[in-house]
Amino acid sequence: MSRLVVGNVGPATSVQDAGRVGVLRHGLSSAGAMDRFSLAAANALVGQPGPAAAIEIGPFGARFTAADGAVRLSLYGAAREATIDAAAVPLSRSFVLQAGARLALGPARDGVFTYIGIEGGIAGTPVFGSLSVHARAGIGSPIARPLAAGDSLDVPPASERHDLALPPRTPEQGPIRIVLGPQDDYFDPGEIARFLAAEWRIAPESDRMGYRLAGPKIAAARGYNIVSDGIANGQIQIPGSGQPLVLLADRGTTGGYPKIGAIISADLGRFAQSPVGASLRFAALDIRAAQAATRAWRAALDGLPARTWKLSSGAPSSEALLAENLAGGAINALDTDTWSHS
Amino acid sequence: MQLPPTFRILPCGDAALSVEFGQTVDPAVNAQVLGLDAELGARPPKGVIETVPTYRSLFVQYDPVATGFEELAAELKARAAAAAPLAKSAKRWRIPVVYGGERGPDLDDVARRHELTTREVIRRHSACVYRIYMIGFTPGFAYLGGLDPTIATPRRDMPRALTPAGAIMIGGVQACVQCLAAPSGWHILGQTPVRNFQPSRKPVFLMATGDEVVFDAIEPREWAALARAAERGEPVAERVPA
Repeated sequence: MSRLVVGNVGPATSVQDAGRVGVLRHGLSSAGAMDRFSLAAANALVGQPGPAAAIEIGPFGARFTAADGAVRLSLYGAAREATIDAAAVPLSRSFVLQAGARLALGPARDGVFTYIGIEGGIAGTPVFGSLSVHARAGIGSPIARPLAAGDSLDVPPASERHDLALPPRTPEQGPIRIVLGPQDDYFDPGEIARFLAAEWRIAPESDRMGYRLAGPKIAAARGYNIVSDGIANGQIQIPGSGQPLVLLADRGTTGGYPKIGAIISADLGRFAQSPVGASLRFAALDIRAAQAATRAWRAALDGLPARTWKLSSGAPSSEALLAENLAGGAINALDTDTWSHS
Repeated sequence: MQLPPTFRILPCGDAALSVEFGQTVDPAVNAQVLGLDAELGARPPKGVIETVPTYRSLFVQYDPVATGFEELAAELKARAAAAAPLAKSAKRWRIPVVYGGERGPDLDDVARRHELTTREVIRRHSACVYRIYMIGFTPGFAYLGGLDPTIATPRRDMPRALTPAGAIMIGGVQACVQCLAAPSGWHILGQTPVRNFQPSRKPVFLMATGDEVVFDAIEPREWAALARAAERGEPVAERVPA
């Protein structure tokens, strides 16, 4: 076994996979990667199944050292500076971190979360079918909390196979798509129109539980209290302050504020990648259009392994990296026409 | 069962929906929710991943690649119409509680508001048979129905930033057994060493929605031994005949 030893990391760095199912009824939310598409891409780059566990790096920097052997890693998600012993390493490809070498990541530049895929996966004991850390519940594996300096993860030694690359993530523009309900009838039609027309900013008090939005105060004509009901990932609550709260992976499972709508699965990762201070708008889709968009997104996600290409072995030359960048172009999760790289 | 006129099925985004039987806290409505939950548990429809019974609605998480909203809603409506309400509880749990003092800082205030002795509030709170209407908010937090209406108390004007693990609280006509420490505007009458959710224990979760709960007032000197037992992974909550 090789090891990946954690150096200085920001507070929001943790092991995450596609999350756990079956325990919502006990008040335990799924946890799991905030950007499922980037998780699947990081995994595709190291030959892991899409939902496998990876390391989710939050908005701050992070450092890791390989020990007892080489490990093959990949980086995918929010752009940030990445170096191995001071030499730049590009995102959206796999690479080998030799024993004793140090991977240093800077703060996120155009998003929040970057994923480190790990060839052979992370050794751990699934808790209700998942390794994902749920910090508030105190569960996850192999370490039941966010990572901290000095932690060490057992990972298989790097294989002899080729490194792989994908076109880099290019954050999509356009409004975040939602489906209205189930308590949209708590709001006057004019107020829903105001909600959809407004420019919202991600407020500082945002984390894996949920993101607060700052903007115009939204009035609930029928009041801000409902008899508590279930809460889905991406649902948008309007509490008494009139400022929306979007509930995310580590959310409470039930709540008593009216929910005006919910972000569709295809746009959840893009929303979660919006850093504090970023502005965004919402657009409402009917349920059929939303589910069609989600099916296209899922097909794109499931097709990621087939979209990878092999890199020549050895350390990448600057010419090779340049060629990769020129060939890669933009990757758009919803538009497979942007995926060719030949 | 006869579907109420308020029955409706509403999207919660593209991968979940809410089967809403009503909009109020009502044992009959909750029994309908639990009836459909049991029916779906026994014969899961295509695409259904998991369900969450709540006071008045059943939350259904599903895979929109395997099924569509309209298709699933039609199936769920038919199932709801065919399912029998589930009014009888399978399990009853007796939960030890230290009332008042530092473990129940709002007991005196609740007694004063109702012009009762603290002893009488304890008697009334521990004389009820509660039903778990919903588990949610935080892991293992049990929302209870069945509080004696004579001690129902509107929520505090100033919510607390943190209430302790095991807090036994009331808020309006609702009562609860809290598991993890969390913010709350409810009144803390006491505390139990029981942990409904404990990751290192088998089973991790003790009580389920639909189970019954009764409270047993214990002396503060009994606390330490029970808390140690709970930490060792013993349930401490006792199964008693319903």
